[in-house]
Amino acid sequence: MAVQKPEELSKVVYTFPSTPWMDTPVEIKKGIFCWGNKEKSLKAVGFPNPRQWSVTDEDWKLPDNWKEIFIEGLRERVDKYRSFRLFLDICVRCGACADKCHFYIGGGDPKNMPVLRAELLRSIYRKYCTTSGKIMGKVAGARELTTSVIKELWYYAYQCTECRRCSLFCPYGIDTAEITILIRELVNLLGLNIEWIAGPVANCWKTGNHMGLLPHTIIDIVSEFKEAIYQVTGLKVDLSYNRKGAEILFVHPSGEYFDPNGNVTFMGYMMLFHEIGLDVTLSTYSSEGGNFGFFTSNEMAKRLHSKIYAEAKRLKVKWILGGECGHMWRVWHQYHNTWFGPVDYLEEPVSPITGTKFENAKSNKIVHITEFTADLIRHGKLNLDPKRNDKYVVTFHDSCNTSRAMGLFEEPRYIIKNVCNNFYEMPPQTIRENTFCCGSGSGLNASENMELRLRGALPRGNAVRHVRDKFGVNTLANICQIDRATLQTLVDYWAKGVAVRGVHELVGNALVMKGEKERTTDLRGDPLPGKEGE
Amino acid sequence: MPYLEFEGQQYETDEDGYLVDWQSWKEGMAEVMAKEDGLTLTSEHWEIIRFLREYFMKFQIAPMIKILVKEIGKAMGPEKGNTKYLYELFPAGPAKQACRYAGLPKPTGCV
Ligand code: SF4
Ligand code: SF4
Repeated sequence: MAVQKPEELSKVVYTFPSTPWMDTPVEIKKGIFCWGNKEKSLKAVGFPNPRQWSVTDEDWKLPDNWKEIFIEGLRERVDKYRSFRLFLDICVRCGACADKCHFYIGGGDPKNMPVLRAELLRSIYRKYCTTSGKIMGKVAGARELTTSVIKELWYYAYQCTECRRCSLFCPYGIDTAEITILIRELVNLLGLNIEWIAGPVANCWKTGNHMGLLPHTIIDIVSEFKEAIYQVTGLKVDLSYNRKGAEILFVHPSGEYFDPNGNVTFMGYMMLFHEIGLDVTLSTYSSEGGNFGFFTSNEMAKRLHSKIYAEAKRLKVKWILGGECGHMWRVWHQYHNTWFGPVDYLEEPVSPITGTKFENAKSNKIVHITEFTADLIRHGKLNLDPKRNDKYVVTFHDSCNTSRAMGLFEEPRYIIKNVCNNFYEMPPQTIRENTFCCGSGSGLNASENMELRLRGALPRGNAVRHVRDKFGVNTLANICQIDRATLQTLVDYWAKGVAVRGVHELVGNALVMKGEKERTTDLRGDPLPGKEGE
Repeated sequence: MPYLEFEGQQYETDEDGYLVDWQSWKEGMAEVMAKEDGLTLTSEHWEIIRFLREYFMKFQIAPMIKILVKEIGKAMGPEKGNTKYLYELFPAGPAKQACRYAGLPKPTGCV
């Protein structure tokens, strides 16, 4: 699809329509929405109302009692989640969140202001769940639920990346991401999802990973990585799968088996594990760190998540190490214990190399790879040559889920500063807990919604362009597979000349391994600085 | 539902023009799709398309780009075994465009 040039797209119009929002019907635009879910993807996981439908059709083929289903679903969730009811009740419409959303900043659609996004559902809540709304209707901010409202809810729930930036600025701490999460859950009851999420969910349920990789495919791909590492280092690096009794189970986003940026990040893990002789195994059954179920419903998220622990139990490992993934981390640390309670069949994670006890991972027994690697570096366990990354002038993109949701600010930066000589921060209001979303998170990284993605990436792109022009930054490091797979397209558009890299790719480059040959190239096969002629 | 018209028959596709049933694919369909994109298929294109289908039969998924690059290097010489050459053949992206011509499903996102 042809998209406007950056100069055009960045002229965002912030005017409001002449009619009040409730009287402004939803207009579903190409380039903004993702294709609807396929019948077979819902069938695969037993989701309601599997059928052939198309977003562009007038009739979305809802079940006959759609209204009842939706309202019942809403009431049930309002009773079940106190936070949800609170968020629906206490907004004073102060507007502090309004201009904090990247989709509003880059797109100008008023219904992408977090306050209004939530109001789309709040108005229904008032009508069907509060007395004032029932009696006073519109005056009390309530409105009737119609099929057009359902379409509006669907359309805007899939224009929110659940990044939570808005919540940071709300004086009441209202988390619009949580409202989006529940809107998605509710429209799912009617069989309304997007294929870009429903497909990977179905894959993950069937094969253990979003990509749909079968065990022999994974092994075949890893043999390619082994070969590539051998070319660079002269070392034969191995990796075990489904090995019972290993100390650690490593779980990472399956996109790393496929995406060229992810490939090299994965090679970085392999080299690190080999170098420190880690007793680690991977699984072909639990081969997904991410969880697109989380972008669908709590129930689906739980179903997918439970596979990881079932596998950890089966393989009798002591604890779990997680790769460079964003939302995996949020699911793991913010939902896991609520869903399943603390894990009692694994051990509290201790690094076998440094003896460090990961106190923060006491209850759910999962350590993030950047915590693990930062700890190795801090104890002087890695021989690193940052000069090998000298052609990179690096900045770090905080992924919403690892930073704002989890506070994993220092570890990736500490690693980067130890493996690279040139590091510059983007402006403070765009990093750490203030970070701007990539614009493609929460399952919105499709291609048919490219205009939405580019618009959503405008604030992030601006900050990258700023450090590119000021410091000559040419590398955007990150610790999330969605970022690695999507940000390249987005920075090519907003900040040309910047390459997206996983942190463990940079580690793999800098890691001086025992017995390696003199390296002449980096992990991508490009010449190392000073070795260009060889 | 959208469909592809081929030799007087209709074959169901998704919104992006990928065949719904990869087994209903016929060689001539690739030509039809390429023509719509203004491309003429050469033996180099066919090398890729055939490899994609073979790989798919074995692994139920299209190969990642690294494997594709390696394959083309093997078949057509190392100077052509690179991503740039693949993009020359399939300007809309080797994964996406070539898979569509080969009748395979649209590749999912790399997450
Ligand atoms: S900042 Fe909070 S209270 Fe103010 S409008 Fe936004 S959600 Fe409502
Ligand atoms: S969570 Fe993020 S995407 Fe969603 S409304 Fe808030 S700022 Fe916008």
